[in-house]
Amino acid sequence: MSETTRTTGVSRRTLLKGTAGLAGLAAGSGAITGFPYVKSADAKVLRYLGTAVNEGDDISKQCLKDTGIKIEYITATTDDVTKRVMTQPNSFDVLDTEYFSLKKLVPSGNILALDAKKIKEFDNITPVFTKGETPGGKKIGGQGTAPWKVLYLEGKDSKKFATSATEFVTLIPTVYNADTLGIRPDLIKRPISSWSELLNPEFKGKASILNIPSIGIMDAAMVVEASGKYKYADKGNMTKEEIDLTMKVMTEAKKAGQFRAFWKDFNESVNLMASGETVIQSMWSPAVTKVRSMGIPCTFQPLKEGYRSWASGFCVSKGVSGAKLDWAYEFVNWFLSGYAGAYLNRQGYYSAVLSTAKAHMEPYEWAYWMEGKPAEKDIKAPDGSLLEKAGAVRDGGSYEDRMGAVACWNAVMDENDYMVRKWNEFIAA
Amino acid sequence: MDMSEEVLQEATPGLLPGSGTARAAKPTRLSPSFISWLQAGPMMLVFLAFFLIPLVFVVIVSFWDYNEYQLLPAFSGRGYTDTFEGCIAQLPDLCTIGKTYVMTLKLCFMVWAITLFLGFWVAYFLAFHVKSKTWQMGLSLLCTIPFWTSNVIRMIAWIPLLGRNGLVNSGLMKTGLINHPLEWLLFSEFSVVLALVHLFTFFMVVPIFNSMVRIDKSLIEAAYDAGATGFQTLVNVIIPLAKPGIVIGSIFVITIVMGDFITIGVMGGQQIAAAGKIIETRVNALQFPAAAANAVILLAITFLIITMMSRIVDIKKEL
Repeated sequence: MSETTRTTGVSRRTLLKGTAGLAGLAAGSGAITGFPYVKSADAKVLRYLGTAVNEGDDISKQCLKDTGIKIEYITATTDDVTKRVMTQPNSFDVLDTEYFSLKKLVPSGNILALDAKKIKEFDNITPVFTKGETPGGKKIGGQGTAPWKVLYLEGKDSKKFATSATEFVTLIPTVYNADTLGIRPDLIKRPISSWSELLNPEFKGKASILNIPSIGIMDAAMVVEASGKYKYADKGNMTKEEIDLTMKVMTEAKKAGQFRAFWKDFNESVNLMASGETVIQSMWSPAVTKVRSMGIPCTFQPLKEGYRSWASGFCVSKGVSGAKLDWAYEFVNWFLSGYAGAYLNRQGYYSAVLSTAKAHMEPYEWAYWMEGKPAEKDIKAPDGSLLEKAGAVRDGGSYEDRMGAVACWNAVMDENDYMVRKWNEFIAA
Repeated sequence: MDMSEEVLQEATPGLLPGSGTARAAKPTRLSPSFISWLQAGPMMLVFLAFFLIPLVFVVIVSFWDYNEYQLLPAFSGRGYTDTFEGCIAQLPDLCTIGKTYVMTLKLCFMVWAITLFLGFWVAYFLAFHVKSKTWQMGLSLLCTIPFWTSNVIRMIAWIPLLGRNGLVNSGLMKTGLINHPLEWLLFSEFSVVLALVHLFTFFMVVPIFNSMVRIDKSLIEAAYDAGATGFQTLVNVIIPLAKPGIVIGSIFVITIVMGDFITIGVMGGQQIAAAGKIIETRVNALQFPAAAANAVILLAITFLIITMMSRIVDIKKEL
């Protein structure tokens, strides 16, 4: 029966008649009882390529229930997602990727921008993406590949980013967060307030950064700036001299044995911190939560120089058209309609449309995660496990406080090739 | 590549003279040379399709240009010139690629020496001290235990053992041998070599064991009868006869360690340079031609080492 759906030129009405007839026949013959056959004839499947951040089983189950769209996850690391878009653009339908990779993806022509007019909640998307400010009006730091710089294209098939709003959106935002250093307060035993502490000899052999060159170097730049050694025009787009200077600082620290290990994977970061191998390192919010849920004190420390932020969103492969494109819009609209947003918020990430996510969260949950208020009741993860006991306050406070203090965004530099070579030199030093 | 081609050449010329007479006697029969080509054919095709052709592509791509998001199919030596950047200017200091290869070769040598030593004695024990075939089989299977878990799990498992608060450190501290935890147990050259030895000793054991069980026991008896000491028997009888196994095992270990970046990465805390890691970083940044150039360099160096080793022992002759 699924073959009927693939025949083109069959109108929906005849198709339904046919399927109903067939179903009737099957029912009459007594061969099949009670299977929702008409529905399976209409099986809507989308192949979803992305990192593990948004790819919860709960999300795909709920999506199937609400829209009938079956999501097939293809999970890869950030680097591998980009590689796959470049080399196998027909191997996925919906792409969930980070804004900073757009500088590579858009010129390749392998992805299709979405039409803002077809996104129901587009006007309700947080101004973080559209204007570069928080809902409360705080201006957000724009160094690096800030989403609002690459949100719109000039035309449908354009490869140029538009400077003002158009209807062609590169990525419909889904999730983002503000990252900072995670610390072990029980082992450090004093307040930490600056990025410069990462290279403080006091933590020799107990510090770590991310082993993704483009992100690692930005953490390093935060340290260099915090220690007053240099002030960058744009940490996310350094000149060759600035790259040299930053890597020199890093190389000296490495030679002095400052770093215990670099991490690349969520679990690696959790392990390093939980085992006490490191006491201060760049980290992700849910990783800090995970360490804490193991009963080990860990703080996602707000720092005076601000956060390094990242954001991802949806687009589709250039090979997607017709009914599949409609499903993609249906899926993206569903994603922004609240369930998924609430799910992400409960993990410590942020959702793109705040109003719909709020409607799907309990008031005490919203107050804890988004308003920075002490938890009225125990805070639980989406899977029901205990994250925080009643009375706890989120590190860094409210959405306004955290997103409002963002200093820079994950980026791909113009001098990326040079930077990668310097990174290899740094590893060999 | 080299080996199988030579085997082919060796197999065919000997048969060629006979082929004419065979055809004359029975015209419908396939010529022996055709049959031997047919026998070698499947392996040759697999080799061609999955090794030689991809390799040719790697070499071609290594001479292409690239930008942030695509390969530019125009001749460019950029992949190579970038790789050797500063190698002359920085003298007498080593450039990035020089330092990387010194480190890779150093790790490779240490792992090779240790796996050879361990592998030789494990194989010796299995071949000469374990009499029953079943036990020999069972004990060799034990050597595969390190492969039962995934790479990631194995790596994570080392932290509770070698970590700052791990079993080894807390044990040593309790006995009073040390006052501070030993930092070099993990995320160091030591831990890299340990993990590689743990993994790859097996690749040494199997070929050496294979060579040793084929040694005629009467040769050892003869040596004993002629008054040779145990040591003399070992040096003059067993080692020379086990040489093919030693060389094959060495080739396995050296080629794997030269190209490794996962184990070196995880056990070295991503802070130890390796030839494979340079390629990985380049590929992740979508700089395929540069990655290909590095792959060609790695291949050339590994090939050089293997060639040198096969000069020492003529494997073909010994097999």
